[in-house]
Amino acid sequence: MKARDGRILIDFMRGRRVAAVLSLLAVLTAIGSLATRGLEFGLDFTSGTSVRLGFPDTAPIDQIGAQLDGAGYGDAVVVNFGSDRDIRVLLPIDPGIGAANEAEQAALTGEAIAALLRDGIDPGVILLGSDYVSAKVGEELAEQGGLGMLVALGIIMLYISVRFQFKFSVGAVVALAHDLLITLGIFSLSGMEFNLNTLAALLAIIGYSLNDTIVVSDRIRENFRALRKTEPVDTVNISLNQTLGRTMITSFTTLLVLFSILLIGGESTQGFAIALIIGVIVGTYSSIYVASNVIIFMKVTREDLLVPVKEDAEADSVV
Amino acid sequence: MLNHYPAWKNLLILLVMVLGILYSVPNLYPDDEALQVTHESRELGQTDLDRITTALEAARLATIGEELNGSGILLRFDGVEEQLRAKTAIEDALSDDFIVALNLAPTTPGWMQAIGAGKMNLGLDLQGGVHFLMEVDMEAAVLGRMEDNLSNVRSILRELRIRSRGLALVDSSHIEVRFASADDRSRARSELLDNFPELQFQNREANDLYILDLRMTQDTMLQIQRDTLQANRTTLLNRVDALGVAEPTVQQQGANRIVVELPGVQDPAQAIRILQRIATLEFHLEAAPGAPRSSYQTYDYVTPEGAFTVNVDNDVILQGDRISNVRPSLDQNGLPQVQISLDAQGGNQINRVTRDNVGRMMDILLIETRSRTNLVIDENGEEVEAVEFFEDRRLISHARINSALGRQFVITGLTQREAMDLSLLISSGSLAAPMTIVEQSVIGPTMGRENLEQGIRGVQIAAILVVAFMLLYYRIFGIAANVALIMNIVLIFAVLSSVLPATLTLPGIVGIVLTVGMAVDANVLIFTRIKEELRNGLPPQQAISAGYDRAFTTILDANLTTFLVAVVLFTIGTGPVKGFAVTLMIGIVTSMFTAIVGTRALVNLIYGRRRELRSLSIGIVPVKATPLKPTPGKGQAV
Repeated sequence: MKARDGRILIDFMRGRRVAAVLSLLAVLTAIGSLATRGLEFGLDFTSGTSVRLGFPDTAPIDQIGAQLDGAGYGDAVVVNFGSDRDIRVLLPIDPGIGAANEAEQAALTGEAIAALLRDGIDPGVILLGSDYVSAKVGEELAEQGGLGMLVALGIIMLYISVRFQFKFSVGAVVALAHDLLITLGIFSLSGMEFNLNTLAALLAIIGYSLNDTIVVSDRIRENFRALRKTEPVDTVNISLNQTLGRTMITSFTTLLVLFSILLIGGESTQGFAIALIIGVIVGTYSSIYVASNVIIFMKVTREDLLVPVKEDAEADSVV
Repeated sequence: MLNHYPAWKNLLILLVMVLGILYSVPNLYPDDEALQVTHESRELGQTDLDRITTALEAARLATIGEELNGSGILLRFDGVEEQLRAKTAIEDALSDDFIVALNLAPTTPGWMQAIGAGKMNLGLDLQGGVHFLMEVDMEAAVLGRMEDNLSNVRSILRELRIRSRGLALVDSSHIEVRFASADDRSRARSELLDNFPELQFQNREANDLYILDLRMTQDTMLQIQRDTLQANRTTLLNRVDALGVAEPTVQQQGANRIVVELPGVQDPAQAIRILQRIATLEFHLEAAPGAPRSSYQTYDYVTPEGAFTVNVDNDVILQGDRISNVRPSLDQNGLPQVQISLDAQGGNQINRVTRDNVGRMMDILLIETRSRTNLVIDENGEEVEAVEFFEDRRLISHARINSALGRQFVITGLTQREAMDLSLLISSGSLAAPMTIVEQSVIGPTMGRENLEQGIRGVQIAAILVVAFMLLYYRIFGIAANVALIMNIVLIFAVLSSVLPATLTLPGIVGIVLTVGMAVDANVLIFTRIKEELRNGLPPQQAISAGYDRAFTTILDANLTTFLVAVVLFTIGTGPVKGFAVTLMIGIVTSMFTAIVGTRALVNLIYGRRRELRSLSIGIVPVKATPLKPTPGKGQAV
C-alpha cells in the first residue's frame, strides 16, 4: 500500500463526502450525549472524599458495602480500581460538618474505614491513600481546563494562519475540535470517569492530532507549489498518499507506547492511556479526512499558497 | 557528494552526550536514610554532635556517616529501622528546641555534587506523603481591619464630641457614618482624614441625613492580602518545622492559596491538627528586680551578640489579637524598626500600663502549640509512637519602653534582618487570617512505590517495543534512530535532575513515555523522505541530504505547535497538568536535537564518507518509479 510520487494508490478523497457525513454524525452524537448524559466527573472536578484500600486477596465488594452501610456510611460507593484486590470508597461531603473541618474529617475517615474493614473483613487491609476535594476547587479546575483548551485552540489557529494560510488553520482547528468532541463523547457514552488525568490526556491529544495535521498540511502546501497542473482534489490526494506511510508508522509506535502504559502502567494512568488511545485513532482519521476535507471545502487554490517563502537559509543555519 | 559534519559539530554532539550522561547518572545512586538535626535559633557545633553520638552509643545505634553541614548536623544510617530508632533516641536526649527531621542523603561522589549533578526530586505521588491546598480567608482579613477602623472612628468621634446618627459596616470594605448636619460631617471628616490614610472619604445625602462613606482603597486591600498571605505562610512554615519533615514545600499558589506538601508524612489527621493550630502573642513587662520567684517565668533570649535569660512578669498587658497591623519600616534617620498598630481598645490598654512604666523593658512572647512523638508501651507490650501536644512559648522581643505608648508605636534598635524577622513573627501570631483546607490528598508509601515502579516499567517496555520496531523497519537507520531515542531519554533525565528544579510526578513520567512514542516521529519523517528520494532516483548520498533538508520544516512546524500547546498547559495548569507539560516541553526540545542532529551525525559517520555508496540499509524501498518532476535538493520552497 505504498504511494508512488504523483500517483494515487488510494483515492481517499473519493470517499470524502461519506467521511464528512460520518464525522458529522459522530460529532452530533457526541454533542448529544454530552448534553443529555454529561460526563462522569471524577473527584477532581466534583467534591468529596475518596479512600483507596488494598486487600491481600480479592476484595469482597458486596460484603464491604454491607459492612460500611452498617457502620453508618450509607452514602459510600465501593468500586474496584486497577485490580480486583484494590478498592476505592467514594463518600460525599457530609453537609453537617462545615467547611473548616471537612479536610480533617476526610483524613480521619480514611483511617476509620481501614480500621473497620480490618476488624470486620480482613486484617491485612492497607490504606493506600485518600483524597479530599472541596466543591470550590473542583469547579475552578473544570473552568481552568475548559479555558486552557480554548486558549490552546486560539493560539494554534493564529500560528497556522501565519505559517500556512487561514484555510489551513480552519482545517486544523476543525479537526482538533472533531477529535476532542468525539473523545469526550466516547467518555460520556461509556460512562468512564473523567478526571484530571483525562483532562491532561485531552490536552495531549491536541498536541498529537495537531502534529499529524501539520505534517499533512505541510505536504499539501509543498505539492500545491510543485504540481502546477493538478486539480486541488488530486493534489490533496497525492499528498495524503505520500504521508500515509509516516502517518501509519507514527500512529503505530505511539499506540505501542500507549498500550504498554495501559497494560502495565498501573491504575493511576489508565484513564490517561485510554483517552489518548481514542484520541490517536480519531486523530489519525481526522488528519486524513477532516482537515483535508475542510481545506477542499473552502476551495483552496494554488494562489493561496504562492507567497514566496525563503526558508532554506533559515533551515540550514538551524541544523 | 559526501555527507559529513564539520568537526565542531561532532564535538558539540559529543559534549552534549557526555554532559547528558554525567548529569543523569546520579539517579542511579541509591540514597542513604538520614536524620537532619537543627536548632530553632542557633547553629549547631561539635559539642552538639558529641552529645548526639553519646546518645546513639547509649542506644547501641551506629551511624554510617556524620557531618556538620550549614547550620545543622546530618547523620546517615543503614536502613529505615535504624533511622527511626535513632530519631527517638536523639529526641529523648536533646531538648525540644532541637528539630530532628527524617531525610534522605545523596551518596553521589563529591565531585558530582560539586558540579551540581544531583537526583531528580520525586513528587508526592511517587514517594508517598500528604498534599494540602489551603485557602486563606481574605474577606475575613479585610473585614477584621474594617471592624477595627469602625471602633476607632467611633472613639475618635466620641473624644471630639461630634454626635453621629449611627455608624455601620455596609460590607467588608465600606463604613457609613450618618450625621444630622452638614457641619458635623465636615468637622468629622477633617478630623478623620488625618487618622485614616488607608480610607477614601465621600459625602452623600439620603433621607435628610448627611452621610460620610469611608471605603478602603484598592491598594490597601491588596496590601492586606499580601501581608495576610505572607503571615499565613510564615505561620505554616513554623508549624511544618514542628512536624519534623524533610524537604517540606510551603508555596503560594494564586492570590489566596498556599500549597503544603509533606513527603513521607503518613498521619494526615495529625498534620492537619498541627497546621490549623493558631499561634498567639502576649505582651508582658519584665519582672522588677527582686520580684517574688512565683511572679515571673524565665526565658532564653537569643540575639546575634549572644543569648541571655530574661525574667518575664506573669501579667499579660496586651493580647496579640489587639494588633491590627505590623510592618518593618525605616525611621526618619533611615534606621530599621518594626511598626505596630493596635486597635482602639488595645491602644488604651497599652497606654495605661506603659505611662507608669517608662524605662522598664517590655517583652513579647509567641505561643505555639507543637507536637512531639514519644515511644510508649501499649497494652500488647509493643513500642508504639504516641503524639503529645505541648505549648511552646518563645521570647521574640525584649525592648525598653521609652515613653507612654499609644495606638501606634515602634520597636527600634534592630538590624534590618531582625526587623523583618520580628515583624514576620508578630504577624504569624496575630494577623494570620483563618485558613481552610480545600484539597487534600494522601498517598501511602506502598502506592507511591507502586506508581514509581510501574511508571519506570512503562517507560522501559515502551522503549523496548519502539526500539525493536524501528530496528526491524529501518535497519541501520533504525539503529541511528534508537541511539537517538535513548540519548533523548538520558537528556530528559539530565535536564530534570540538574538543569531545572523540576519535580518528577506520575503525569511527568507519562509525558516522558509519550515523548518516546512521538520522538521517533521526526526520524520516521526523515527516513520516509529519504526513501522517497531514493525512489525518485536520487543517488544515496544525495537522498540522505535531501531527506534531512526537506523533512526539517515539517518537523519544526509540528514540534513548534506542540510546544505551544505545552506552554499553554504549563501556564494555566496546576499540579499534575504542569508536571506533564514540563516533561513534554523538555522532551520536544531534546528530541528535536537528538532526532535531527544526533541521527544525522551517526548516519554521516556510517555512510557519509563512502563515495561508491550504492544502497542504504533503510528497510524496504519500493521499485523506482519515473519521477513526476525532477526534485532538485535546494532552491525550492519546501
